[in-house]
Amino acid sequence: MSLRSNAILEVDALERRFDVSAPWLNRLIEGKPRKTLRAVDGVDFVIQRGQTLALVGESGCGKSTIAKLVTGLHAPSGGNIKFHGDRDRLQMIFQDPFASLNPRWRVGRIIAEPLRTLKPDTPEAEVSARVDELLRTVGLAPADGRKFPHEFSGGQRQRISIARALAGEPEFLVCDEPTSALDVSVQAQVLNLMKRLQKEMGLTYLFISHDLSVVRHMADVIAVMYLGRIVEIQPTRDLFANPLHPYTRLLLDTIPDIEAPQRDRSPMGGEVPSPVSPPSGCSFHPRCPLAFDRCKAERPQRSPDVHNRRVACFAAEKGPADV
Amino acid sequence: MSDIVLDVQNLRVEFPTRKGVLTAVDDISLQIRRGEILGMVGESGAGKSMTGMSILGLLEPPGRIAAGTIHLSGDRIDDLDDRAMQAVRGRRIGAIFQDPLTSLNPLFRVGDQLVETIRLHTDLDKAAARERAKDLMREVGIPAVEERIDSYPHQFSGGMRQRIVIALALCAEPELIVADEPTTALDVSIQAQITALLKRLCRERGTAVMLVTHDMGVIAETADRVAVMYAGRLAEIGSVDDLVRRPRHPYTTGLMGSIPSLRKDVEELQMIPGSMPRLNAIPAGCAFNPRCAHAGPRCRADVPRIAREETTGAACWLAQTGSVDTAPLTQGEIA
Repeated sequence: MSLRSNAILEVDALERRFDVSAPWLNRLIEGKPRKTLRAVDGVDFVIQRGQTLALVGESGCGKSTIAKLVTGLHAPSGGNIKFHGDRDRLQMIFQDPFASLNPRWRVGRIIAEPLRTLKPDTPEAEVSARVDELLRTVGLAPADGRKFPHEFSGGQRQRISIARALAGEPEFLVCDEPTSALDVSVQAQVLNLMKRLQKEMGLTYLFISHDLSVVRHMADVIAVMYLGRIVEIQPTRDLFANPLHPYTRLLLDTIPDIEAPQRDRSPMGGEVPSPVSPPSGCSFHPRCPLAFDRCKAERPQRSPDVHNRRVACFAAEKGPADV
Repeated sequence: MSDIVLDVQNLRVEFPTRKGVLTAVDDISLQIRRGEILGMVGESGAGKSMTGMSILGLLEPPGRIAAGTIHLSGDRIDDLDDRAMQAVRGRRIGAIFQDPLTSLNPLFRVGDQLVETIRLHTDLDKAAARERAKDLMREVGIPAVEERIDSYPHQFSGGMRQRIVIALALCAEPELIVADEPTTALDVSIQAQITALLKRLCRERGTAVMLVTHDMGVIAETADRVAVMYAGRLAEIGSVDDLVRRPRHPYTTGLMGSIPSLRKDVEELQMIPGSMPRLNAIPAGCAFNPRCAHAGPRCRADVPRIAREETTGAACWLAQTGSVDTAPLTQGEIA
């Protein structure tokens, strides 16, 4: 299948559990049971080379945990991740450009670090030439390499993070909320830069965000997550034109839209339940307007349709007439 | 007019520092009527929170109101001493801040915090205040009030905590609520619940609301009018519909264009080159002129202003006079 052959990342039945039990002594004395948090609970997706797949969802849905699993910062508790590429050419951009740059290092040294680590034989002259070039690529000046991170604004720091990620000549970038800490006009600059770099260098992005409008602008395929599971995955255009899962629909109804000012919307009731004790069956059923008996008892599997176009919902399976 | 709740005239907030005086808010005039929600929007450092804080009388020293007046339903409040201001704050002006966890005392039950605030501002006895606290909790949409009233803040979720903070702000039935980024710390589905709640309360009680946020989407859905701030100054003010559909200030236009659309496909987002100037390096003339594609000689020389009595307007020479290169008029000629 041509889809498979061009895949750069294949994630299959991925799971990550965290032990959040009380300390051993408390469990012994107070008789508390062990508790497990299923941060990622059976997730699978495929990313094609040169494309952007976005994971979107509210806090606690497991999207950042997936970023850490893919980059190897966490080990999976189950399932597997297949990366058809050079592990050294996988880099990450983090959300907070204040915490992700070493405040005591000059910017030039920060950007050169991946280069010095991955290709230690590179002559110094070549390293500094490359740093200058990277600074120019992200819209900064070579002279900025001699400054410290605190001398830059949030948007400029995020450019430095991007330059550092590019230093290792990556083919795959994991971007965890790269613009959430930025003002909108600065966000536009960073998003445009990321799109331009993708086109020029053929990069593949795993893009994580809670902002549906950003995701719509950036992604080719969108996976909507709820409580550690992907509830729906579709190409961007189809997801917005024809959302299948009730959670996706509610999410789309809920986001403020500047093109429809003073709209009276009906906000989604309830809150995301605790992932330590998720509801039975489909974990969205307590908030779902379409839920019926089967949703409480059984966990819907994502219908094994074509790749990257699947929904995990009994109501949606019953057909559009009932939805 | 009697239905003007908040009337800010030529407000100027300064921070004296060793390197000179920084002007965080520069000559801002605005009004909010009964039952109206005014959105204050701008990027970090534009002075929108500072405006809210000076209305609440909560400027951190050495920040101070250097010029202008603030009237609340006709009473001047910017020159009150701390004690008198304390009586106004809470009773006549309610405040909602971004982080509900820091607005609540973690050591006290939420019911006790509500009762304390109610009794401070009214002469209800303890039992009556507790009943009122329950009513308020119901009004802001907290389920199972009888059980939840004796819970501690940490036992509530973020959205529920923000509801408690709103209930606290409503305790004394204030005329004005200043809400500073009330939904920024919340998820989108919860954010929608909170803005819907604010809107309903404002409509039902006739409370005037100043909604400070960086999120244009929240403003578009919640506010009646919007004030756009840039580098401490008012760039544009007008109805939500006007600002979203027919922005007149190039900064507002740029701001709107830089938000990714939910409907249209655009290859590249509109960008405003550069970034907002720091307070110690505000350019002469219009503060936006170095980033503006239309800037002319007049923009670099004269500061454009929105006339004090105007409810709609853009601080832009191009929008006001249709030209940026004519010789500036003298003050006498304008009058």
